[in-house]
Amino acid sequence: MSSETADSAGTTEKRGAKAARIRELMATEGDAVAENTRGFNAGRYESTGRLDDYEELKAEAREIKEDAIARLPELIEEVKTSVEANGGTVYVADDADDANRYIREVAAECEVERAIKSKSMTSEEIEVNEALAADGVDVVETDLGEWVLQIADEAPSHIVAPAIHKSREGIAELFNERFEPDEPLETAEELTHFAREELGKLVEDAELGMTGANFIAADSGTMLLVTSEGNARKTVAATDTHVAVAGVEKLVPSVEDFAPFAELIGRSGTGQDVTSYLSVLTPPVNSPVPDFGDGDAPLRDTDSDDRAFHLVLIDNGRLAMREDAELTETLYCIRCSACANSCGNFQSVGGHAFGGETYSGGIATGWEAGVEGLDVAAEFNDLCTGCSRCVPACPVGIDIPWINTVVRDRVNRGEADRSQLDWVFEELVPDEEPAGLDVGARLVGNFATLAKWGSRTAPVANRVASFGPARAALERVTGIDRRRELPSFSRESFVDWFERRGGARVPPERATREAIVYPDTATNYANVGRGKATVRALEALDVHVRVPALPDAGRAPLSQGMITTAEEAAHDVYAALAEEIDAGRDVVVIEPSDLALFRREYERFLADAAHERLSGASYDVMEYVYGLLENGGEPEALRGPSGFDAERGVAYHPHCQGRTIGVGEYSTAVLERLDYDVLVSETECCGMAGSFGYKADYYELSMDVGEPLVEQFGGTGRTVVAAGTSCGEQLDALLGSSVRHPVELIAPR
Amino acid sequence: MQASTTATFLDRLDSLDVAVSEGTPDACASLIDAAAGDPAVGTPLDIPGATMPDRVEMNPTVEELRAAHTGVTAGALGIASYGSVAIESDRAGTEPVSLFVDRNVVVMREADIVPGMADAFAWLGPRAREEDIDVILATGPSATADMGGLVRGAHGPKEVHVVLLSEEDSNAGDVPEADDE
Ligand code: SF4
Repeated sequence: MSSETADSAGTTEKRGAKAARIRELMATEGDAVAENTRGFNAGRYESTGRLDDYEELKAEAREIKEDAIARLPELIEEVKTSVEANGGTVYVADDADDANRYIREVAAECEVERAIKSKSMTSEEIEVNEALAADGVDVVETDLGEWVLQIADEAPSHIVAPAIHKSREGIAELFNERFEPDEPLETAEELTHFAREELGKLVEDAELGMTGANFIAADSGTMLLVTSEGNARKTVAATDTHVAVAGVEKLVPSVEDFAPFAELIGRSGTGQDVTSYLSVLTPPVNSPVPDFGDGDAPLRDTDSDDRAFHLVLIDNGRLAMREDAELTETLYCIRCSACANSCGNFQSVGGHAFGGETYSGGIATGWEAGVEGLDVAAEFNDLCTGCSRCVPACPVGIDIPWINTVVRDRVNRGEADRSQLDWVFEELVPDEEPAGLDVGARLVGNFATLAKWGSRTAPVANRVASFGPARAALERVTGIDRRRELPSFSRESFVDWFERRGGARVPPERATREAIVYPDTATNYANVGRGKATVRALEALDVHVRVPALPDAGRAPLSQGMITTAEEAAHDVYAALAEEIDAGRDVVVIEPSDLALFRREYERFLADAAHERLSGASYDVMEYVYGLLENGGEPEALRGPSGFDAERGVAYHPHCQGRTIGVGEYSTAVLERLDYDVLVSETECCGMAGSFGYKADYYELSMDVGEPLVEQFGGTGRTVVAAGTSCGEQLDALLGSSVRHPVELIAPR
Repeated sequence: MQASTTATFLDRLDSLDVAVSEGTPDACASLIDAAAGDPAVGTPLDIPGATMPDRVEMNPTVEELRAAHTGVTAGALGIASYGSVAIESDRAGTEPVSLFVDRNVVVMREADIVPGMADAFAWLGPRAREEDIDVILATGPSATADMGGLVRGAHGPKEVHVVLLSEEDSNAGDVPEADDE
């Protein structure tokens, strides 16, 4: 057997295993996870919507974190002084072993037999339960969700609601089996009451209470604990030794800095304006330790020397992350879970697939890369599709998709051992990336070249694309799922069509404005219809339009973590457009993912002034039409509802990245202005997310993510419109109806 | 200003299903008496003129705390926009008395309501630095969604009842505006 066959068989097998794992999780945990996360996500919109100063609070929170991480070494020194002045001790642990050694020493010194814990992800990270258990300490999780998992011996599937993957029925079964209560437990009330009683007994004779800390103020040694059940309060109140375990990044300068986080954390995460309890403690706390062993002892106790406090600050890779220009933003994360709840893929699979050793959801890639290493992050990193719906949700403004892109880029480079298939792509994929990059990634990343080639050879390429055996081979080599329809290429490109029709029909002297329509790769080679519609719509509104040949924007390579290639594209696009912009022309973009590049990611690639000019001069086509109508353009020049559209109305799915840059609503506004009845989707992302849904591993997941769209749009008979090429393909597949860009609806024929 | 702050506070408490009794300090004992279940334990209120009903055990043993239905404690501050009350720990046991019970009756002064979260932390900051205080900002009863549905009363109290004291009868100078047409 040649090594080539063996290798590709190995890859296929690995792919198959991943797909099987995802399929299993979707079947067993998917429903519970979906219901809960979608509920949290809807709650976030409502709760943050009630805040008048939401954006200001986010900006303030971001500023505090930026400052705190910049001054971290200084804050660590300051908090040592503050906590010691309060009568506590601070230990800065280099890594998990170091932390556990210290905590075991504390436990041994106090002869601890039982330790009770409130929920703390950082304590999960260092696996302190196992360390203490090895010394014979009985460690009891008191957060109800964590306790369920401790009994079930399972890992958390969500950073805030750890047992989110378990249904009420599942928990009842677990409790009834384990505890054999007289009456089988059934309702959520019964289960909660039972757990409260059981844990109440265990709390009484615990000697050590361990908590995390959501924030710690360096100026006073005060910590903020954000909880709802009251178990963190009990953990601290009932025991005489308090150990708080927290990453060093939890430090902020002062108590007053807690305020914006207190307002944002619950709203962003589970959609609660505030959780039941914000414990603002300056330990050792000023509260008597109840002597549960002696019922007649008075509770009141004026001897204030009865408590010990240890703050264990964990480095475990964080100080190195701080020095890493790309990963450092991860340290701003307040672990609210908004990035998980707003994520289409997370909603379908949960943290058992979309997560690493400890952390889950979008930002987990950053945490796991920094704490555990690149290989752990690599295992789930490609579940981030770059849809960017988490970006506006993040209370500290972390560009989570960018962190995922950076990690993907590093994984690509790290795994760069030259594959024997590279020669196939040498012609086809002129990228700047290391040899040996995954074949599928490379193929997608070089979509622009493929599309050009596909367009030139359209009849042949299209036939191959729908030919069974060829598709099976393609799936084996590239991982592109054979069930997907491949883009069908147009023989005449958008640019060629424009030239053939004789260029602009509205001369500059008669025009209200001049615009360049950006011929993105999808529009230019495959989806030419929406390009033509754009030209007709703009000309109907007296715009002088040109469609010059322009370089690809780099979205496809960026989605595969090919940062160098995407950066080259940014320079090329800017170079090609700079003079047009200088001449006062607008740049009209049809593909929202490309406009999102111009506005968001190009900021990282271009000089500030260049980025500002390009993003300032670029418009989404529907945003542009909206602006023209607002400035006196005649709606009558466009096409209103007729026939089917008039009867049944329109269903519109805004593009994920388009929503993030705030252009999603212009389509709705324009369509409504033209008297269309519009039903707008509430789904964050259709599930296709560029090339994600093409991958064989993720085909089923991608279809599952799109399921809510079927629920909302299916059977309504409405004409479905979507701005993104990939949304269109996904909706085609989901609804079995052909999907158009909104501009195709309104452009005169 | 205080009037609208109080109105917001009451509104929020209402949405949290927190019962409220209002009155002047001399009515305090009877308001508490009506609000507290039995048996009840408590810690000193430290509010001028406010007294506890006799049936509230003010120096409870651990066993009495265990058996108590209601814990009566002072609220140091209220946050209007959230309906939160600040419960400050002390050596008398305000924290366990407000926590290891089914119902927490929180007695506080209307004058101690601040508009928002930032005001609460502005109050807390200096006292945390200078006096090492420990404060729980409690909003409604304890709750959990971990057992497959939202349940009130997880580890902490199932119910919260706020007794709000104002210096004079809050309705005295407050003539409602006519809004008939
Ligand atoms: S990255 Fe942002 S959204 Fe995600 S958990 Fe952290 S703070 Fe929340």
